[in-house]
Amino acid sequence: MDFKSSDTIPGPRTEDRLPSSTQAAVKIVVVGGFGVGKTTMVGSVSEIRPLTTEETMTQAGIGVDDNYGSDSKTATTVAMDFGRISITDQLVLYLFGTPGQERFWFLWNGLFEGALGAVVLIDTRRLEVSFDVIGRLEECGVPFVIAVNAFPDAPRYPIEDLRSALDLAPDIPIVECDARRRASSRDTLMTLMRFLHSIKMTKASV
Amino acid sequence: MTPPQRRRRYPVKQEPPAEPLRERPADTEDADGNEGKRKNPERLYVITGAVQGGDRASLDLVTLIVARAEPPPSASPEQSVLLRLCKDPLSVAELSAYLNLPFSVVTVLLTELLTAELVQARYPIIRESLADRSLLEAVMHGLQKL
Repeated sequence: MDFKSSDTIPGPRTEDRLPSSTQAAVKIVVVGGFGVGKTTMVGSVSEIRPLTTEETMTQAGIGVDDNYGSDSKTATTVAMDFGRISITDQLVLYLFGTPGQERFWFLWNGLFEGALGAVVLIDTRRLEVSFDVIGRLEECGVPFVIAVNAFPDAPRYPIEDLRSALDLAPDIPIVECDARRRASSRDTLMTLMRFLHSIKMTKASV
Repeated sequence: MTPPQRRRRYPVKQEPPAEPLRERPADTEDADGNEGKRKNPERLYVITGAVQGGDRASLDLVTLIVARAEPPPSASPEQSVLLRLCKDPLSVAELSAYLNLPFSVVTVLLTELLTAELVQARYPIIRESLADRSLLEAVMHGLQKL
């Protein structure tokens, strides 16, 4: 354990503190396979230096989290990067870059269930790594949009070919983005928010 | 060029891919490992001082924690640091990051502080509870300012 004494834990920098008026948080999950740019996207729009939260998993204890007392298991640490955007004095948005491997998701209870929605970041060189993620989001009923992180040497497919390959409903937005650029990442989040808004409006009018 | 094709999953519960079980004897703690960071999980249990299987407050990654009091003399070092960090609201995820402790360990520490009424929890707005579209519009306006 790397716990340091009270004096050596710096905590948030002055500019990273939230106003005491902050009443609630919302979260959006950025999910995708290893190396598709989740951390890059989180970092490009975050107002704080991206942070990392960890969870420890014992290999023999998958699905079980009450075996900290046993001493013969191997622990693996799974990390998740996140950032933060202030919305108003009362509301703050958190963005989590979540590992694509489904077996890690249970580690953070309610990670997907409570999220407003998800951005599925894909790399067209390795489209198949996002298949499980999409299936899981559909099963959980989490609204999502697809963001194609436009790597220079990645094959470019027409959007409708991607929709067909990913077997997505016609209303699910698919956008291109450059996760390194703040404006592009912000536009991707705006696409998700507009999509959530349209779902809300559709439901309200029924 | 045709992209690879996703197949929709059947609603059958799929087992995760079989992982080789990596048990090792308790007395070879420093056995070499090259996958992930390996720690002895026992010590996490010791830090929390909690009874195994004890109830934990249902804390989300983005539940905001605010200190209500100065650390009492009886507080553990970890609890004192937590109370110092959350003089202003801070999410459980941020506390986990700054303390360099796993999320689950932080939730146990916070459960004790909540029980002792030393901290207040401000619960997040989750999707199911979305009453109207004003929240979505507020987030959109906030993003546009970026």
